[in-house]
Amino acid sequence: MPHACNLCHIDLHDVSVTRGGQELLQKVSMHIHCGQLTVLIGQNGAGKTTLVRTLLGEFPHSGSIRHINEHGRDIPHLITGYVPQHLEFDRDMPLTVLDFMAACFSRRPVWTGVGRKTREEVRAALREVSAEDLVDRPLGRCSGGEIQRVLLALSLHPAPDLLVLDEPVSGMDANGLQLFLDTVTQLRTTHHIAMLLVSHDLRLVREYADHVVLLDKTVLVQGQPDYVFASPEFSRVFGREEVEA
Amino acid sequence: MSFLYQLLGSLPLEAMQFLYMRRALLAILLLTPLLGLLGTMAVNQQMAFFSDALGHSALTGIGLGILLGVSNDLVSMLVFGIVWALLITAIRRSGAASADTVISVFSSTSVALGLLILAAGGGFAKYSPLLIGDIITVTEQDLLWLLLALVGGVAVWVLIYNGLLLTSVNASLARSRGIRTRLWESAFVVLVAVAVMLSIRWVGVMLINALLILPAAAGRNLANTARQHALWSVGIALVCGVVGLLAAFALNTSAGAAIVLCAAVCFALSLLVRKLRK
Repeated sequence: MPHACNLCHIDLHDVSVTRGGQELLQKVSMHIHCGQLTVLIGQNGAGKTTLVRTLLGEFPHSGSIRHINEHGRDIPHLITGYVPQHLEFDRDMPLTVLDFMAACFSRRPVWTGVGRKTREEVRAALREVSAEDLVDRPLGRCSGGEIQRVLLALSLHPAPDLLVLDEPVSGMDANGLQLFLDTVTQLRTTHHIAMLLVSHDLRLVREYADHVVLLDKTVLVQGQPDYVFASPEFSRVFGREEVEA
Repeated sequence: MSFLYQLLGSLPLEAMQFLYMRRALLAILLLTPLLGLLGTMAVNQQMAFFSDALGHSALTGIGLGILLGVSNDLVSMLVFGIVWALLITAIRRSGAASADTVISVFSSTSVALGLLILAAGGGFAKYSPLLIGDIITVTEQDLLWLLLALVGGVAVWVLIYNGLLLTSVNASLARSRGIRTRLWESAFVVLVAVAVMLSIRWVGVMLINALLILPAAAGRNLANTARQHALWSVGIALVCGVVGLLAAFALNTSAGAAIVLCAAVCFALSLLVRKLRK
């Protein structure tokens, strides 16, 4: 059951997605609140990625996705920041983190160089995610965790209303993961944005999430982590052993 | 124009005593920078095979132009090249077959079709310069076209580069940032088609792709940033163009071949430098 509150939130109401004759999402209703980390969990094929791509506007859907402010009014344009699962790219490409981010921040083509102002903007954005030292590093020589932080810095510009983090935890070492989630939880207080994290790591979900949504084509159960983890739906999907672990 | 000719003529080079060589040198100075710039993205997007197929399609373009009675073969080459490039891109996107298979089918089809038309009645010999190029036949009007292509091409390149760069890193990330990835990709293949078709008479069907790919591939081995990549690529293309042209004059052989061999040497050296740096 969706929770109503007075804060701004993203309101999904009966969102269904059908592709190639298959119903991938069935009447999904949930709220993603500002200043909270909402975590989406579920088995493979439960529709987590479909929901993410729907939020990004890539899939047509029925039902409504609205951005509602603290006065209960609709805000017309939802700015969504996105951190993809992993960045597959050609690691030999001559491209620094600065080039990569400047291409997003400025109209000046980066093959002509990067202006002083843009350089400062990039540095400031990286500072927010404790990654300022990466600025001149070739993107291909960054570790998985470092690339995730660069992507996170990028996703915060322009300042999003909704930040979608699609399983950024896979392919990262434990330290990188911890640092990433610490940064994300910090952002939840410094930036008043709604955050949706797709995750497989149930232990970390319990530690970091404010609100957990268990998905299997539709919302099976949602609420605070302890409530969801103790639910019969959760045991049915993940089995008892994994709950214990 | 006459000032430029005088300037080139005052160079202490035997080749520059001839007007046709001065024009050829100007053509090289106009043609290589654009190919060098576009090459950086073609290499990053692993499109070497694609641009090769595009070069081959010039034969069909000319052939169809003759069939349809188009008097200017540059026009028919340009139109056909652009259509062909967009068609290959569309089929590649649809994922009907793997990219290299699609390109190979298109490449061989266009060569076969072009040869079929041009060789009809046993008259292919008069088109053979098209295969190896003939830079010393450049006219002043051609130079004007090349100048327009350089200015226009660089202007478009300024507009689309950042979006294209993000697309080549990761298309769905680019889309999530509001970049119209398909539009930019199409603009890029059209730009490559125009640059290739305008250069093909001077460099030749067989070698045009090397001139697009080799300087950028060498530059990629030497550069760490996008800017260095562009600088190295344009620099290598320019130097190889000039050195190759002068060498061809001295040795009385094909300029296109000499330029490409020069670029191949640069590529080998860049590989060596890269190995040494590691």
